Amino acid sequence: MSVEVVVVPTGTANMASVAAAFRRIGTELSEARSSEEIRSADRLVLPGVGAFAAAMERIDERGWRQALVDRIDEGRPTLAICLGMQLLCEKSEESPGVLGLGVVSGTVTRLPEHLTVPQLGWNQVMPAPGSRFLMPGWAYFANSYRLTSVPDDWTCARTSYGGSFVSAIERGNLLACQFHPELSGDWGSELLSRWLNGKRVRS
Amino acid sequence: MLAPRLIPCLDVKDGRVVKGVRFQDLRDAGDPVLRASAYQDQGADEIVILDVSATPEGRGHAVDTTLMVRQVLSIPLTVGGGVRGVDDARSLLEAGADKVSVNTAAVKRPALLAELAGRFGSQCTVLAVDAAESSPGRWEVVVNGGRTRTGIDVEAWVAEAALLGAGEILLTSWDRDGTRSGYDLDLIAAVASVVTVPIIASGGADNAGHLHDALAAGATAVLAASILHDGDTTVGSLKDELLANGTRVRP
Repeated sequence: MSVEVVVVPTGTANMASVAAAFRRIGTELSEARSSEEIRSADRLVLPGVGAFAAAMERIDERGWRQALVDRIDEGRPTLAICLGMQLLCEKSEESPGVLGLGVVSGTVTRLPEHLTVPQLGWNQVMPAPGSRFLMPGWAYFANSYRLTSVPDDWTCARTSYGGSFVSAIERGNLLACQFHPELSGDWGSELLSRWLNGKRVRS
Repeated sequence: MLAPRLIPCLDVKDGRVVKGVRFQDLRDAGDPVLRASAYQDQGADEIVILDVSATPEGRGHAVDTTLMVRQVLSIPLTVGGGVRGVDDARSLLEAGADKVSVNTAAVKRPALLAELAGRFGSQCTVLAVDAAESSPGRWEVVVNGGRTRTGIDVEAWVAEAALLGAGEILLTSWDRDGTRSGYDLDLIAAVASVVTVPIIASGGADNAGHLHDALAAGATAVLAASILHDGDTTVGSLKDELLANGTRVRP
C-alpha cells in the first residue's frame, strides 16, 4: 500500500527527476496546495535547485514557513534535497539578509574559491555511526554552497570537497541531503525507499 | 573527493540516436531510451542528449525523448539542441532534464546565459562550445552544427560565458569529433586556464588513455559517443582501465 507523498513546489526546483525517482519505487507525488497539507502530509519532500532567496520568497508568499517548521518539530517524515537542506538552516551567504527556516542552527557558506565551482558530479558520502537511513556510497552533487557543521543533536554524514562538509543530516524521521538522491543511481533509490518506508539501514 | 565523470553522449535526430564524423555523414545508432538505459547499467555517471534535428518538427521530439529517458534514468540528464530562450529550457527541465545545454543561440545572444542562470541557476546552465583550430594554439567558435565559422576566440567566449552564469562548459573539438584520434588536449588546457567552472571534454575519444589524458589536461568530465555506440567498448571497461591506471572514478 502506498503512502501519500506531498512535494513543496519551491518554484525553482526541477520536480520531474524527483517525481520519476519516486515513481520507480512505486509512489506518485502530489504538489502541496495548503499549509494544512504541508503540516500533516504522511511524507513531505522539500526539493530545490536555484537560489536560496527565491525559494524562501516563494515559501513565504504562500505563508508556508510555520507549517514547515511545525511538521519538522513534530517529527513528521520529511525529506529535504539540495537547496531544500540549505533552507532548513538559519541563513546562507548566497542571499544575505534572508531568513531560512532556522530548524538547523548554522549558516550555509560558499565553497572555497580555489575549487571548481559548482561541485558537479559524484562524491563519496560517509555517514556517522548510528545513521538511520544512510549507507556509505557515491552520491550526485550539484552545489556551490554547503554547510560545514551542525549541532550535536543531528546525525551527520560528511563528504570531502576542498575540506569536509555536511552532505546529509538526520534526526528521527527527517532526512536532509545536500546531494540528489533522485540522481544517485541504485544507492539513491534505496535511500529514498528506506526514507519512504521508515526503514533502518540493515533492518 | 569528487570523481571525474564519464558521460555517454547521444546525438538525437528526429527521435533516433545518430553519430557522424565532424557532425556530417550521420548514421543510425539506435533508440535513445534503450541506449541511455544500457549506458546507465554500464556505470555511466550522467547522460547528455544533444538534439541535432534540422527541422522544428524533428526538434519537437526532444521533449518527448527527454520524458521517456527520464523515466528510466536515475542519474543526471543534460539536454541540448535548439534552446533559444527560457521557455525552451523550461520545457526540457519540466520533461526531466537536470541541466540544459545551449550553443548557437548563446553565441548569437549571450544574454541568454544570464537569463537561464538567473531563472534556473548556474548548475543548470551548460554552455556547449564547438571549437575549431584557427591557427596553432588558437581556436574559433563554430556554430550551426559546424557549418559556420564565427571568428570568435574560444578562450574569450568561455570566459565571458562563465561570467554571465554558465555553470559548466561542454567543450567539443570540431577537428577531432568522431575521428577517434584523441581529445584536443591543448584546447582543454587553454579553456581550463581561463574558467573555474567544470569542463566536459568532447570529440576524439578512442580509448581509456585518451580519457585519462583529457582529465590530466584539466577536464572534470569526459564525453564519449562513437566508441560506445559502435560497441567497441563499454563504460564499465573504460572505468576499469581508468581505475587500474590510478584515476579514481565512481565504480
